[in-house]
Amino acid sequence: MGKIFSKENKEVFVKPLSLDNPVLVQVLGICSALAVTSQLKPAIVMGLAVTVITGFSNVIISVIRKTIPTRIRIIVQLVVVAALVTVVSQVLKAFAYDVSVQLSVYVGLIITNCILMGRLEAFAMINKPLPSLIDGISNGLGYAAILVMVGFFREFFGRGTVLGIQVIPQSVYDAGYVNNGLMTMPAMALILVGCIIWIHRAYFYKED
Amino acid sequence: MEHIISLFFRSIFVDNMIFAFFLGMCSYLAVSKNVKTSLGLGIAVTFVLLVTVPVDYILQTMVLGPDCIIRGVDLSYLSFILFIAVIAGIVQLVEMIVERFSPSLYAALGIFLPLIAVNCAIMGASLFMQQRIGLDPANSQYIGNIWDALVYAAGSGIGWTLAIVSMGAIREKMQYSDVPKPLQGLGITFITVGLMAMAMMCFSGLNI
Repeated sequence: MGKIFSKENKEVFVKPLSLDNPVLVQVLGICSALAVTSQLKPAIVMGLAVTVITGFSNVIISVIRKTIPTRIRIIVQLVVVAALVTVVSQVLKAFAYDVSVQLSVYVGLIITNCILMGRLEAFAMINKPLPSLIDGISNGLGYAAILVMVGFFREFFGRGTVLGIQVIPQSVYDAGYVNNGLMTMPAMALILVGCIIWIHRAYFYKED
Repeated sequence: MEHIISLFFRSIFVDNMIFAFFLGMCSYLAVSKNVKTSLGLGIAVTFVLLVTVPVDYILQTMVLGPDCIIRGVDLSYLSFILFIAVIAGIVQLVEMIVERFSPSLYAALGIFLPLIAVNCAIMGASLFMQQRIGLDPANSQYIGNIWDALVYAAGSGIGWTLAIVSMGAIREKMQYSDVPKPLQGLGITFITVGLMAMAMMCFSGLNI
């Protein structure tokens, strides 16, 4: 068991969460990151779904990596991912129907989410199953973190709620505060992510 | 006839793949550095959309839909795997056909074609098409026959091309402007797309 917490594995886990974030630095999986974040709840569900799928697909591809012929590896990866996405989408329909309606086509679009293909190509094809699992989960969580951040700001400023619960009290509205309806529009998601990238770069790349 | 015209213009301006649904964002951000390559990728995406959406429409209505093969069996949960396989296969096929019959077009599109298999705009158009089959026929987004599917594919492709070419032109000009260091590159691109999306929102009441 001690091996799970070795130094290399810790590095594999921490990097995607901070310095090497899949959304902000590698620019992977932007499409769904923007589309599902108008409220916090679908953003959390989407983040979790992607984390589960990256984790499992990384393990599966890593286990069979030596038997996949290199010429058809993209098709093999796509089929593995598509099967996992089908499972997740059916589970969502069964246990969280309202969220799966809100997410609509974006659950299916996890298949073409570049984070998955990117991690499978860059990590799972050349590493053992255990580090691949850690890499998949931490990349999924790095993606989920951005989704939750954007989802929180958009729901808070756009509707005055968090997870559907009113947090800005009525007295503030009576004093003349108005919800910023623009925050719920698609355009603001792009601008918010742009600002997060700005802050991230200003913080992590001070030297150059 | 009115329905087809309305569907066409709505899918270009109102339901624009980039500005309303963020589909195909990864290649959009990576390739839109200048107008020439942007136009190449835009044409390639439109071309592949025009082939895949009608094929997926036929599959959906002849094979996957309720009561199609076996009475009382709805196979539409298989659509993710089937659609992605069709897309990957058709991209390969298109690549081979273009290489055989038009080497000059192949030289222009060549590097973009394999990229398109994992472009979410292609998969997204098929999934939206699947969703729209179930709509009320009076709705202007309804897709009821193969011509509607074809027109929807053409409109989406042209809308995507319009978005990427205008972005390429803006980025060419932006090279001369003085952007704060941490915002350079990705950050400012996001904010520009956000402002463009905000401008495209003025089409949202469009009704023909």
